[in-house]
Amino acid sequence: MVSVKEQFDRLREAGECALIPFITAGDPDLATTAQALQVLDSSGADLIELGVPYADPLADGPTIQAAATRSLQKGTTLEAVLDLVKTVSPKISAPIILFTYYNPVLNRGVETFLKDIYAAGARGLVIPDLPLEEMDSLLIAAEQIGIAVILLVAPTSPEERMQKIVARSQGFVYLVSVTGVTGVRQEIANRVEGLLAELHKVTDKPIGVGFGVSEPAQAKQLKDWGADGVIVGSAIVKRLASGTPAEGLAAIGEFCTQLKAAIQ
Amino acid sequence: MTLTPLSKPTTSPLNDTPNNALTLAARPDKLGRFGRFGGKYVPETLMPALKELEEAYYQHRDQADFQTELNGLLKDYVGRANPLYFAERLTQYYAPKSKGQNGSGPQIYLKREDLNHTGAHKINNALGQVLLANRMGKKRIIAETGAGQHGVATATVCARFGIECVIYMGVEDMQRQALNVFRMKLLGATVTPVSAGSGTLKDATSEAIRDWVTNVETTHYILGSVAGPHPYPMMVRDFHGVIGTETRAQCLEKWGGKPDLLLACVGGGSNAMGLFHEFVEDSEVRMIGIEAAGEGAETDKHAATLTKGRVGVLHGAMSYLLQNSEGQVTEAHSISAGLDYPGVGPEHSYFKDLGRAEYYSVTDAEALEAFQLVSRLEGIIPALETAHAFAYLETLCPTLTNERIVINCSGRGDKDVQTIAKVLNFE
Repeated sequence: MVSVKEQFDRLREAGECALIPFITAGDPDLATTAQALQVLDSSGADLIELGVPYADPLADGPTIQAAATRSLQKGTTLEAVLDLVKTVSPKISAPIILFTYYNPVLNRGVETFLKDIYAAGARGLVIPDLPLEEMDSLLIAAEQIGIAVILLVAPTSPEERMQKIVARSQGFVYLVSVTGVTGVRQEIANRVEGLLAELHKVTDKPIGVGFGVSEPAQAKQLKDWGADGVIVGSAIVKRLASGTPAEGLAAIGEFCTQLKAAIQ
Repeated sequence: MTLTPLSKPTTSPLNDTPNNALTLAARPDKLGRFGRFGGKYVPETLMPALKELEEAYYQHRDQADFQTELNGLLKDYVGRANPLYFAERLTQYYAPKSKGQNGSGPQIYLKREDLNHTGAHKINNALGQVLLANRMGKKRIIAETGAGQHGVATATVCARFGIECVIYMGVEDMQRQALNVFRMKLLGATVTPVSAGSGTLKDATSEAIRDWVTNVETTHYILGSVAGPHPYPMMVRDFHGVIGTETRAQCLEKWGGKPDLLLACVGGGSNAMGLFHEFVEDSEVRMIGIEAAGEGAETDKHAATLTKGRVGVLHGAMSYLLQNSEGQVTEAHSISAGLDYPGVGPEHSYFKDLGRAEYYSVTDAEALEAFQLVSRLEGIIPALETAHAFAYLETLCPTLTNERIVINCSGRGDKDVQTIAKVLNFE
């Protein structure tokens, strides 16, 4: 399994922008999630963010909140998500990045959690409610274990803080494109262009942009502004949840192909 | 009486005596930690806003114009200082149940926060924060509410200062606290129903935080308890510290000493912390917090976070937390909307671990008994939240002789009469 960094290195060499779709594990059920991972992988996804469902997803808008609620109602557990990753990750080429809130990590024990997800085959980790200040021990452990912890930069992050975050982020830097929660938005704010330029000035690490990206045209816009990766969440989750699982899978495959074509 | 709500330095080194058994370090430290509790566990977007708020708070809190405005409004608008009332008939009622000789027993005093404007302690904090928001140039205020008391207090101060106000409230709570929903609307606030999760305080708080993440550049979030990310637990505690400072002065005036015991209910824990903070260094003063045991702390329907929870992270702070084996936050249950919360303020968790405060729980049924008892004996209808503190007298008094207890009578029960009527099948 390739690491997040190796994947970005390969893409950079090929002059490609990474497509990073997000889905919530267990919505509508784990069997569909397993299929969805493979569909995304074969439809142009370069890395895949897999959301561990959480009951209080502070950083998520209505679409992903609802997906997490549905998944938890089905009884999805962290253990089951790890089993799923273990089964699917050898069959796909896109590295899996887990997206989880901090309490389930803390609950399992930080080091145990990192070792378990690595053993299952995940290679990256995003924890949206764990800011730089609280992250020291987790970052050190993750580096040893081989999990890339991807840190978030927000439009509100002052320059000095942004530099510190960028310096510690592993694999790539996750630029949040809006002051807000996840969700489909009509437009990408113009200030993202400036933020991307600012980030590239202070780091060689790849920059992935997420929160609010929902159309191929927006993805292309971000690529043109200098994004090294585009993260698409709610727009995928919504498509996967509409209709039967088979219809949902077909819809995300088609959408993923369009997105990738737009940023190639 | 002088009103000096913020006179206690919040970062004083309390462990300067080498023999101090309690290593009560500066509370909180620079990172906003109370021992291992507290901190800031929020999305990155909010981190700069929390820093801005912390800086604004430190900048303004001790300034003369801020103090003058706050103290003036606490006196003339809120009606402080409120009395420390000797509950004579409640004292008589418990005397025979106590270990006191010849008809004597523990002396019960009530700190009458229920007499504040808007009917609860919550306005102390709402007022302090709205003055701060004004100085920070924020044009919009948001808040979460459970029982509606904090929502009403926030809507009130927003009306007073002409600021736009949005209150997030769980749909379940909107039903059981319909009167307070109406009050907030009358005061010009927008009440936004939250149907996610259990439709209670936890979910309303999450939704308020999401609003803040989205509108952080124009909006101030008036968090209503000693919970949430730093600096809220410290700031909310300090604004409620007036409860304790008045109590100390009133005890001195009435009997020339300190209280022996402090007793208060704990949901997030703001009224308890407001009373306790002044006395933390007086190690001879026992501090007791009472949580809601709902249908019983041994059932899965309770809100006894400190009694039954494990350490976790919720709404930006590390603290005790009701959660399942997966680390998913579980739903709390209490008849009282204000205590129906699976988390608790981090400083309470710190006090629990240090043994500086004791925490127990009482059930819905016990709180209902106390609600009626206090109404009949004292002519004071307490809030259902407050009734939990009173209910613990049943357990506490038989262990006491003639100690002086101060109960924080944190709110009045007008808002609860419909709920109670339904439960008790009143005609």
